[in-house]
Amino acid sequence: MTWFTADRLRLLVPALSLAMLLVAVFWVQPRAMSYTGLNLLFNLAVPIALATIAQMLIMTVNDLDLSMGTFVSFAACVTATFLQSNPVLGILILAGCVGVYAILGVVIYLRNLPSIVVTLGMSFVWGGLAVLLLPAPGGVAPDWIRAIMVSKPPLVPMAIIASVLIAAVAHWIVIRSAFGVVIRGVGGNERSVTRAGWSVLKARAAAYALAGVFAVLAGMCLVGLTTSADANIALRYTLLSIAGVILGGGEFVGGRVSPIGAVIGALTLTLAASFLSFLKISPDWQIGAQGAILIVVLALRLVLNRHEGRRAAKSA
Amino acid sequence: MICTLFAKPWIWSFVAAMGVWLITILFTGGAAAAGLSQAALTFAAFSIIVGIGQMFVITLGPGNVDLSIPATMTLAGTVALKIMDSNDGLILIGILVALVIGLAIGVVNYGLIKLLRIPPIIATLSSSFIIQSAAISYNRGIRIKPPPALAEFTTATTLGIPNLAYLALVVSAVAWVALEKGIYGRWVSAVGQNIRAARMAGVPVDGVRAGTYLVCAALASLTGLLLSCFSGGAALNMGAEYLLTSIAVVVIGGTAVAGGFANVPGIWGASLFLFLVVSMLNTYGASAGIRLLLTGTIIIAVIVAASRSPRT
Amino acid sequence: MAEQKDNPVLAVNGASKSFGAVRALNGLSFALAPGECVGLVGHNGAGKSTLVGIMNGGIRPDSGTIHLEGNDETARYSVAVARKSGLRCVFQELSLCPNLTVTENARIAHASISGFGWRRRAERVVRSKLDEIFPGHGIDCGQAVGMLSIAQRQMVEIAMAFSESESPARIVILDEPTSSLDASIARQMLDHIRKFVGGGGSVVLISHILSEILTSTDRIVVMKDGGVVADGPSSGFTMETLVGAMGSVVRARDAAAPPRDRTGTEPILIRRGTEGAPEFRAFAGEIVGLAGLGGHGQTEMLVELFHGFGGDWTARTDIKAAFVAGDRHVDGNLPMWSILRNISITLLTDLTRAGIVSERDERAIAQTWRERIGIRTDDLDNPILSLSGGNQQKVLFSRALATRAPVVLMDDPMRGVDIGTKQDVYSMLRAEADSGRTFVWYSTEIDEICQCDRVYVFREGRIVVELTGADIREDRVLAASFSTEAA
Repeated sequence: MTWFTADRLRLLVPALSLAMLLVAVFWVQPRAMSYTGLNLLFNLAVPIALATIAQMLIMTVNDLDLSMGTFVSFAACVTATFLQSNPVLGILILAGCVGVYAILGVVIYLRNLPSIVVTLGMSFVWGGLAVLLLPAPGGVAPDWIRAIMVSKPPLVPMAIIASVLIAAVAHWIVIRSAFGVVIRGVGGNERSVTRAGWSVLKARAAAYALAGVFAVLAGMCLVGLTTSADANIALRYTLLSIAGVILGGGEFVGGRVSPIGAVIGALTLTLAASFLSFLKISPDWQIGAQGAILIVVLALRLVLNRHEGRRAAKSA
Repeated sequence: MICTLFAKPWIWSFVAAMGVWLITILFTGGAAAAGLSQAALTFAAFSIIVGIGQMFVITLGPGNVDLSIPATMTLAGTVALKIMDSNDGLILIGILVALVIGLAIGVVNYGLIKLLRIPPIIATLSSSFIIQSAAISYNRGIRIKPPPALAEFTTATTLGIPNLAYLALVVSAVAWVALEKGIYGRWVSAVGQNIRAARMAGVPVDGVRAGTYLVCAALASLTGLLLSCFSGGAALNMGAEYLLTSIAVVVIGGTAVAGGFANVPGIWGASLFLFLVVSMLNTYGASAGIRLLLTGTIIIAVIVAASRSPRT
Repeated sequence: MAEQKDNPVLAVNGASKSFGAVRALNGLSFALAPGECVGLVGHNGAGKSTLVGIMNGGIRPDSGTIHLEGNDETARYSVAVARKSGLRCVFQELSLCPNLTVTENARIAHASISGFGWRRRAERVVRSKLDEIFPGHGIDCGQAVGMLSIAQRQMVEIAMAFSESESPARIVILDEPTSSLDASIARQMLDHIRKFVGGGGSVVLISHILSEILTSTDRIVVMKDGGVVADGPSSGFTMETLVGAMGSVVRARDAAAPPRDRTGTEPILIRRGTEGAPEFRAFAGEIVGLAGLGGHGQTEMLVELFHGFGGDWTARTDIKAAFVAGDRHVDGNLPMWSILRNISITLLTDLTRAGIVSERDERAIAQTWRERIGIRTDDLDNPILSLSGGNQQKVLFSRALATRAPVVLMDDPMRGVDIGTKQDVYSMLRAEADSGRTFVWYSTEIDEICQCDRVYVFREGRIVVELTGADIREDRVLAASFSTEAA
């Protein structure tokens, strides 16, 4: 019985890098080592973690969502307007968005379309709708969301509790539940899933719909933190979510994903931004640093995979 | 004659562009016909040149797309303008610098794809962030005016047609010859149809793919230079809209999204169409939101309609 | 024919199946009694995989009937019906999801395991079967299948096939199940088969290791050319009679050219053999055959030889080798193109001046080859996919032969080609070889192998025997393809 399974090894690298980064931040900025400090450091990570889980679900079935940022922005705009003024209509609109995600999953599969092109087109649609809803920054966060997001539970800051909760729920759905196994099976070997009598169409629609749910939650949390919304509020999320999944040990194809890793990846990215600013690195290079981190992680992954491949070949 | 013309896959983008043009002209009472046409040709020229680069990349097959185009445009425009320093005597050096930047980005992109085995989408996306940062850091918010001769060239018309349209025509002609008559076009198409079969048929697969990413980045940097001269200086977000536009004109223009089949004339029709739709909506007073919404809807509708292999 | 079974659990009667010009099954009848293990043997193209496909519902026969427990199921037979009746298959290709754990794969395979505590139940199902068949297997059911060794994956596949789900396994078809297992584990599996059969189950075993077939089955069915040529109790066969039955009536080589004396000449292709395997050599003007059962490493070697000539980065102005694909959809056809462009792709560098392809020269060469090899089309501008399979294959032949390449590598290129064309191509190959070209020819057909000057027989990924001259005989090839060592 080996404890170091592939999945655990995959999780070890992101967990270690988060820990190292955290130590580095505390070293540079000892004041961060407090309830308020931690909350400030990780507050913005909550919506990013939710968006990362959404992207991860899409990547589980070997697709990629390039409209994540605009969609989260749109969800944020709906939250700050309709959900505030007319909760029933707001909920209906957000539910409709989840339905659109399910339809996207179906259309992409049935017509055999490249997901990147379709979601790029969708990013125009969501962006357009968001601009129509809020041509200028504005809107107000519903009180209850605001209350949840700024609540101060004893001992552990809200941001940490939320991150752990997101990781646990996503882990249960994707890794532990019987349904999650089928979705990952579709990503791993679509043919064998079909042969065992499952509907790939339904599995993909469900994966997309679930991604829609998490992305909507991301928009709602974001508004809860920022109190108001604007049409471009979350444009960075497209890249951040992809990078988060990859940092957390997920892969682009093959249904190899890790929800806990994805949340850790999102936390790492948020922390990296704070760290870079603590280090007085020019904000000009912040985006560039994220790109570089992504490349370095993928390079490390390649080395690790080669090593794994050699080991598998040896034991064969 | 008409029948063979209508059998061409690119004809529909032209028909659509003509239709939108007519509607807009009718709405404005015909007064703006010349102005609208010139503006359409000018702005379409930019998306045509970047679109051609993107077209070759997409033709390489599923998963191939260059998302670093906007950042490349910005960096090339910024650096070239700074080097030319509003001085006509340095124009050639500026163009050369822009092209070298493009080629270097192309080398990096394919290096990431080949050596690190990163999917092209992620490789070009990650490199675009570094390029974007380089542009921000280099630019420092200073707006340098383009050399007067280049500014004049990019904004002037010859015989009533914008100079940029002539330039786009030259680029398109070269691309068309390479694609339809040259060995390069055969190779790109073969790789896009079946990369394994292409390799076993003796096509130098790596060379073709690397060359294509280089050409795409070089065309993007050229467009970046032209665009910054046209608009009187480089701006950090000037490439942003070309991320989607470059893909949209390729797809609407009749090039196969899954690769293997490219189409140069269609890029013209699609570029004119996209610009005219936007200007039509402007004439009707539609907001930016409606414009985005319609553009996205059109792109998705065209992809769905053009998908030839539905699952059974 | 076999003696009539009283009530076979599965019976295929008079089944015929054609793929294009090739007749894969020819009115074949096959019955499986409860509590019986049948060994199915035959060389490439005998029709084994087609028969398996018909039994598991994946292939619908052109004619003939399928009976389950005596009931005629021909009309509604499908993979789902077969599964529901307790039929399971283990194929050589991996049918598990590599990213999922063993337990999770069990959940995918058995849809009925769901709801609370599914993981525990799924693990119990697969683990108990693994423990039962392969005691001391050492497989961690929480490990992703992709991390297991090939042998362990194969063990999991076998255990899954025998495990209970909504319907218990009653018929298990094993296609080369031991190819990646070592001898002691293979023994465990064969023992389990005996136990399973003893409990009333039925097994069809396909294997190239004849000792397994002889010792573990009750009855052996020998197939050839889409029909059954021998059928009888296993005790009635020996290694020799089995190999003999698989071959046709011994036939002399058409033109048994004496092996040429190669001393003093340098081979133009050499590959060192590993672990005592014979060295691969090919001399100028030779037709070298690669024989053995399909999938035993022949294609891999051709691809390696081809890549050995380089050319991934720059165009070859002087083409050293051309490749003729056998699996034309995977590595041959360029499906969006015309016949003309499919013919010319490899020799484009010869037709290009300053980057521009001379369409006149291109058409002239394509015309010549259309006539020489007889591609049946009235217009070379028609799409490649408008041609029949055999004619598509001729296009791939012209693509390679039209070049000046001194070496032509052929990956079983005659699949789906009609007999007339084959004869034309054979004589063309011989003429080309006589003028100095070298052919390396992987073929699954004995007739074709017998036309070669030198033959290498592959088994389990490596060359086991080199044959030349009068030694190139069907029985020698068959004996080397199948492992005839006693277990």
